[in-house]
Amino acid sequence: MISKRIAAALAGATTVSLLLVACGDNGGDQSSASGDSVKSLTILDYYNNDPDKSLVQKGLDSCASKLGITIQRETVPGDTLIQKVLQQASSKTLPDVLMLDNPDVQQIAATGALAPLNDMGLNADGVIQGMVDATSYEGKLYGLAPVTNTIALFYNKDMLAEAGVQPPKTWEELKAAAKKLTKPGRYGIAFNANATYEGSWQFLPAMWTNGGDETDLTSPQVAEALQLWVDLVQSGSASKSVINWTQGDAKDQFAAGKAAMMVNGPWQIPALEKTPNVKWDVVTFPLNKPDQTPVAPLGGEAWTVPLNKDQAKQQKAADFVKCLNSDENELAWAKARFTLPTKTALLDQYAKEVPSMKAFAEQVKTARARTGKLGDKWPDAAKVIYQAIQLALTGKASAQDAFKQASGG
Amino acid sequence: MVTLTRTTVAGREKVRGRHHRGESLTKVLFVLPAVVAMVALFGYPVVKNLLMSLQDYGLKTFFTGAAPWVGLKNYSTVVTDKLFSDAMLNTALFTVGSIAFQFAIGLGLALFFRNRFPLSGLLRSLLLLPWLLPLIVSSATWRSILEQDSGILNRTLLKLHLIGDPVPWLNSPSVALIAVIGVNIWIGIPFNVTLLYSGLAEIPDELYEAGQLDGATGWRAFWYITWPNLRAVASVLLMLGVVYTIKVLDIILGLTGGGPANATQTLATQSYEKSFVDFRFGQGAALSNILIAISFVFAIFYLRGTRRAVDE
Repeated sequence: MISKRIAAALAGATTVSLLLVACGDNGGDQSSASGDSVKSLTILDYYNNDPDKSLVQKGLDSCASKLGITIQRETVPGDTLIQKVLQQASSKTLPDVLMLDNPDVQQIAATGALAPLNDMGLNADGVIQGMVDATSYEGKLYGLAPVTNTIALFYNKDMLAEAGVQPPKTWEELKAAAKKLTKPGRYGIAFNANATYEGSWQFLPAMWTNGGDETDLTSPQVAEALQLWVDLVQSGSASKSVINWTQGDAKDQFAAGKAAMMVNGPWQIPALEKTPNVKWDVVTFPLNKPDQTPVAPLGGEAWTVPLNKDQAKQQKAADFVKCLNSDENELAWAKARFTLPTKTALLDQYAKEVPSMKAFAEQVKTARARTGKLGDKWPDAAKVIYQAIQLALTGKASAQDAFKQASGG
Repeated sequence: MVTLTRTTVAGREKVRGRHHRGESLTKVLFVLPAVVAMVALFGYPVVKNLLMSLQDYGLKTFFTGAAPWVGLKNYSTVVTDKLFSDAMLNTALFTVGSIAFQFAIGLGLALFFRNRFPLSGLLRSLLLLPWLLPLIVSSATWRSILEQDSGILNRTLLKLHLIGDPVPWLNSPSVALIAVIGVNIWIGIPFNVTLLYSGLAEIPDELYEAGQLDGATGWRAFWYITWPNLRAVASVLLMLGVVYTIKVLDIILGLTGGGPANATQTLATQSYEKSFVDFRFGQGAALSNILIAISFVFAIFYLRGTRRAVDE
């Protein structure tokens, strides 16, 4: 009997402690709000792999020591960042400084989670317009990106020389070159046309360069761009597997010598350097008509400051973001991580110092932000784009009808 | 004297009453952990999911906590979505195709392993392998096996001259669903073999001996002895199979991500996409509730089936 009672009491106690555990972990971290006593900042970003992880850490550390604070940094895998942010938002544990991929900034800003940076002495003077568009929402600046990237056309120098092909400047040349470079076991070109936002991103250079626009996806210019993808796949110059490939897969094909050209970004350069027998160079994305200028999408991440009740801490976080966007740090990160500074004034100097980035530096000046026109409605358009690409490349719809089918009923 | 006895009786009753209360408190305390666990781990998510499906629960909700009530709008949106009927059909094909073959192959293998032969134990445990691998690993491996140009499956088939051109396993909308079902069958076989094998082991040998005397051997023995005795296990297995298969998400995401051109979208992948790609959690919850409702119908069949088995 007694032992039964003890057991019951234990069971009850277990329940209570379970409840306590469930309710706990909510307090804490309510640091003081007094003046200049901010000693540390928490940071969340998605550079969770080396070398990026440690290269970013260097920049963060140098800014921390300049501001006389310590930092607690957390990194998560890229595809889980938004889920992590949502989770932190609902438990009110957002970090002091938050990194966001640039097309997400407006969406998160629209929820009212971020502090406008203009009010805290920050501005985007001298930053390329595309990036300002991406990190502003309803006329206010919510983030600053020290470095950016974009995509262009990589080509294998030896393969092109062997086939007697010049790097293509127009779509006609691109198709002809891809066809000529294709032989058993090798495709002329690799790109990513998978059913994710990544697939839409890779399509944008063709779509925007040709004058297509996300506000009217059923225009003939957009259909023409899609026809380019269809032609490359149907002629056998690109693998039918492009509908499942990621940009990483495209890079793997290129590095293994199974593709002579690829559409990709400079973040692949460190990986390409591991296969020194593949000699490559980069040109801007080819044009449909000679009078066009190449327009590519802007990549890269912005640093933002979530709203904080502790005003002093919020201001310190803003100062920290300002420091990350100093000329000095922009150049340091750009050089070390094969990215590009976002200030126009730094771009030319940078291209001279890092010649492998010349084509990208050129492309970035005219590059556009994905959220520049549609803001937080961009994901809907991006979805229509990748679904249309899938319909057209699998032969379920013609390039002319694909966008109508993907967006309509 | 009388009063004295009365008081003692009353006193004893009082003691017993206290005793009773103590006992019922004990009972409550024993039940409490289970109740709390049930409410926290099952009750809360189900109710929350139901509520969520009736709200405009989006990205903003996480920051502001505001989720306006929209009634059944989420349900009407997802049901009228152009992908809904395709996803429904794919879910049905995926579930029926997977279970039919998993069961048939599983039964065949279980019958085969009833015969003792050298290394049969080892072979039977090797069969469990697909079950032991993490699903993400399985799907990544199958993705490379099924690759159109360099995948080992196409290369082997080409070398054996069984096919003239590489089969676009994951690249063609008309083949991808078959490939995905194939992989899911491979994953489900161990579960079926294990349960059916133990079901077979339960059948007493005397039945077969008696049957043999009456001339029931081979097919007849299977049809008149094995199958009737295996029925209870088989029906439980099929019901569980439906409930497990209908919600499969990771394999499809790992193999095709619902593509190409939405050819392998099911209710589960659509629900995931609505919630975690589009951040329309209300619609995602509505879809998953539809999925739960369908599973629930089968679960009722399952519960009734097992109850009858217990009654017998």
